[in-house]
Amino acid sequence: MAIVTTPKKACAVNPLKVSQPIGGAFAFMGLRGAMPLLHGSQGCTSFGLTLFVRHFKEAVPLQTTAMSEVTTVLGGYENVEQAILNIYNRAKPEIIGICSTGVTETNGDDVEAYIKLIREQHPQLANFPLIFVSTPDFKDAFQDGWEKTVARLVELLTEAPPAKAERDPARVNVLPGCHLTPGDLDELRTILEDFGLKPFFLPDLAGSLDGHIPDVFAPTSIGGIGVDEVASMGRSSWTIAIGAQMRRAAEAMQAKTGVPFRLFERLCGLTPNDEFITFVSEISGRPVPAKYRRQRGQLADAMLDAHFHIGGRKLAIGAEPDLLFDLSSMLHEMGAQVTAAVTTTQSPVLERIETREVLIGDLEDLEELARTRGSDLLITHSHGRQAAARLKIPFYRAGFPMFDRIGAGHQLKVGYRGTRDLIFNIANLVIADREENHQPTPDSWRTSSPPFRPLGLSLIDPAERSIA
Amino acid sequence: MSSLSARIQEIFNEPGCAKNASKSLAERKKGCNKQLQPGGAAGGCAFDGAKIALQPFTDVAHLVHGPIACEGNSWDNRGAASSDASIWRTGFTTDMSETDIVFGGEQRLYKAIKEIINKYDPPAIFVYQTCVPAMIGDDINAVCKAASQKLRKPIIPVNSPGFVGSKNLGNKLAGEALLEHVIGTQEPDHTTPYDVNLIGEYNLSGELWQIKPLLEELGIRILSCISGDGKYREVASSHRARAAMMVCSKAMINVARKMEERYGIPFFEGSFYGIQDSSRSLREIARLLVERGAPSELIGRTETVIAREEARAWAAIEPYKPRLAGKRALLITGGVKSWSVVAALQEAGLELVGTSVKKSTQQDKERIKELMGQDAHMIEDMTPREIYKMLTNAKADIMLSGGKSQFVALKAAMPWLDVNQERCHAYMGYVGIVKLVEEIDKALFNPIWEQLRRPVPWDKMVKGRQTETITQMGGQAAEIAADPQTMRRAKKVCFCKEVDLGTLEDAIRSHGLTSVEAVRQHTDAFGGCCKRRIEDVLATIPVSSPPAMLRAAE
Repeated sequence: MAIVTTPKKACAVNPLKVSQPIGGAFAFMGLRGAMPLLHGSQGCTSFGLTLFVRHFKEAVPLQTTAMSEVTTVLGGYENVEQAILNIYNRAKPEIIGICSTGVTETNGDDVEAYIKLIREQHPQLANFPLIFVSTPDFKDAFQDGWEKTVARLVELLTEAPPAKAERDPARVNVLPGCHLTPGDLDELRTILEDFGLKPFFLPDLAGSLDGHIPDVFAPTSIGGIGVDEVASMGRSSWTIAIGAQMRRAAEAMQAKTGVPFRLFERLCGLTPNDEFITFVSEISGRPVPAKYRRQRGQLADAMLDAHFHIGGRKLAIGAEPDLLFDLSSMLHEMGAQVTAAVTTTQSPVLERIETREVLIGDLEDLEELARTRGSDLLITHSHGRQAAARLKIPFYRAGFPMFDRIGAGHQLKVGYRGTRDLIFNIANLVIADREENHQPTPDSWRTSSPPFRPLGLSLIDPAERSIA
Repeated sequence: MSSLSARIQEIFNEPGCAKNASKSLAERKKGCNKQLQPGGAAGGCAFDGAKIALQPFTDVAHLVHGPIACEGNSWDNRGAASSDASIWRTGFTTDMSETDIVFGGEQRLYKAIKEIINKYDPPAIFVYQTCVPAMIGDDINAVCKAASQKLRKPIIPVNSPGFVGSKNLGNKLAGEALLEHVIGTQEPDHTTPYDVNLIGEYNLSGELWQIKPLLEELGIRILSCISGDGKYREVASSHRARAAMMVCSKAMINVARKMEERYGIPFFEGSFYGIQDSSRSLREIARLLVERGAPSELIGRTETVIAREEARAWAAIEPYKPRLAGKRALLITGGVKSWSVVAALQEAGLELVGTSVKKSTQQDKERIKELMGQDAHMIEDMTPREIYKMLTNAKADIMLSGGKSQFVALKAAMPWLDVNQERCHAYMGYVGIVKLVEEIDKALFNPIWEQLRRPVPWDKMVKGRQTETITQMGGQAAEIAADPQTMRRAKKVCFCKEVDLGTLEDAIRSHGLTSVEAVRQHTDAFGGCCKRRIEDVLATIPVSSPPAMLRAAE
């Protein structure tokens, strides 16, 4: 049981948090032919755009209502109207998703009312999907923006099936949290299809930001789930929600269409995947294919090989709640101790994180905790690079943004296979760090004493013990 | 805010700006801020511009007063390099919450300044205003003034909230903050007749360090670089320089001009991109210094260095020339780079098929005409779609641009090179141009292009089969009716799972199936209500016929 605390600082130093509207826009990018639109000044969009482009190394659709000082004072109706018309005429999108920002929430623009008026003024937009989500910058974080947007999409776009219509037993809805990469979604798709199921992902970033090369140039998102497909999600037999952040959307789905849901808070690690595969086998009525028996065995073996390196490691981790919960739990189950945990926003999973205290804070807090508590493994997004360099401990990049390495979209952590690869990657970092920075010298036993390890030394590689 | 709007108006009147000078009075009053089009705009805001211009001051703490978006989404994302201090890369923000917006954020800002001084003790703090606190009326000038007095540290307000305009306006507002609060507030330890300022040079990828050794060799001292690898003390005492070079086109012209006006420091506009431009800039620096009283022998020494460096650079480029001759490049960048890079590319033997002039002045355009001839293809504004078309139609072999348009080229399987701020190579000076040529060569002759452009061999096969399936599924009667065999095979046997006779026959033949159970395993057929029909099909196919698969294997 962890205690969740908030520091009393006036100045956030080295922010861990990314803003809420960006998370909202990110969710829209998993829809086919989508153009996310931030209602704010052009910088709000430009900063977010740069982040996405550098994370995915892809062209990213994101537009702005380009609010100026004057329009901020007078109200943004005309900017919203013009932006929608311009995008509608030029980019020919299938859906426009609008997120508010700090600027337009402060001046109190009523975008829902604007949209109503715009639909009246422009009949061609009467039934065009225009989805608005309120996401002020000065509240909540990236993950919350995603959560709200997916819930809104479910509320507005799904249709309740006719009373007598039969559900398709093979169809399942998947509502993935924003901590899953396009690679994770593809892995889940493969697993579900191997059980004969037909999955529908909302949002489906694997269709739009997986790096594929489109046949024609399009300014909108180049793949993802179609608006018509979202509408048909009510015909599925089950909804699988991944990450606690997706409870809201799953409940909205159940309320509107009656599709029951099962929430998986984690999909990284042996036990969570055992639960997941059991569930999928049950709903599909099929035995677990031999492939997954083998993958489970491989994961078990990976855990055996890696526990020498990960066991006893003192982890400092900074991530959004669901990612924090997933990764820290998996590493805890591998014998690591979570010595410092920092996150961005409130969540029910935080108090179940296997550590004493979870801080809603920034990377300065994380660095400070890691230093005082002697952490020797750091996990956070790319902005942790400066802290890692100063702390001189192995650094595994996870979360958004990851701008200084390539392949962020394909970093895998779900399923037996994903967990196996993740464990290998982290263990290899630890091994490389030992080789580079902790080679024994004739005098090393004299100059350094082994650090205190509450778990006892039995789990630690003998080589490490001698040089620690 | 009245002082801010007055300042913006003043910037629009900038007499040093060539673009401005050619405008009528009314046009000038409207400002250079092109009305942004909602839903069609791209580019940073004024806050972004101000931060870009000042962040390369490495020993200063940069504190952003606003909600998390302004700093949280953008910190530590620039490629400028520092020779020692690292505090400029630390992200400081007040991360305003809803409560701050209701009750005002000035208290929080003051506390934040105090925290930074207690924890990090930098020589100065730059405080950036953003949209939300500007809207609620937080007076950062007053807070900074109070904090400066109380905490005995220069706390500099940079009043450039995002919604007042573009990135370029932000650059200039940042310059105004320097002029008003920083430049001339300290004195240098000593001065020499060889002191120069570089204005608008950001030391991206450390490219300043490719020029600095040459200046040092000539005995020229960079008194202050605004702002690449700059120190607060240096810029505060930069008013004692003898001459200045304005490096990045128009970004900080107001700083150069006002320093000339106030302190009598003459400046010229130059570039270190390309061999000829580098030489020209070195000559200009020497000339200005000598005019201001430096010994005239500097000019001779400069010529010697230029001759040596030019010879070295040409020799290094020579081997690339035959490889690059006739290769066509498309250049999408802005301002001074639109011509300085053109010259550099031509030196390497490349042919320029077009250069963008969206952000260029009339002067810039004249220079382009000089370089590329009267019929130079100057691109005013090109949509990504048009660039994509140009590249796929093979009108260019390589595109050079900023990071945002890279995927237009890369997705068309076209070589691309980053020439804007996010690039990871330094292209300045004589060494830099050789590096640029080397990078172009590497990009053009990489073996991946040929592999990626080759059509997928199985694509035709799959597509052929798809059309076949589509016509079958669509039940295009004509074609099927023409072939009784097809029609016979298309007959559904299992209605639940929609499995046709042909599929069943193929499965039975190829696997040598004999039972309904086996057919179920090998096909989607359900075998419930269709059990009898499957038995009938099994009966029509002789059991003795050996499985086709086995036969093929033999």
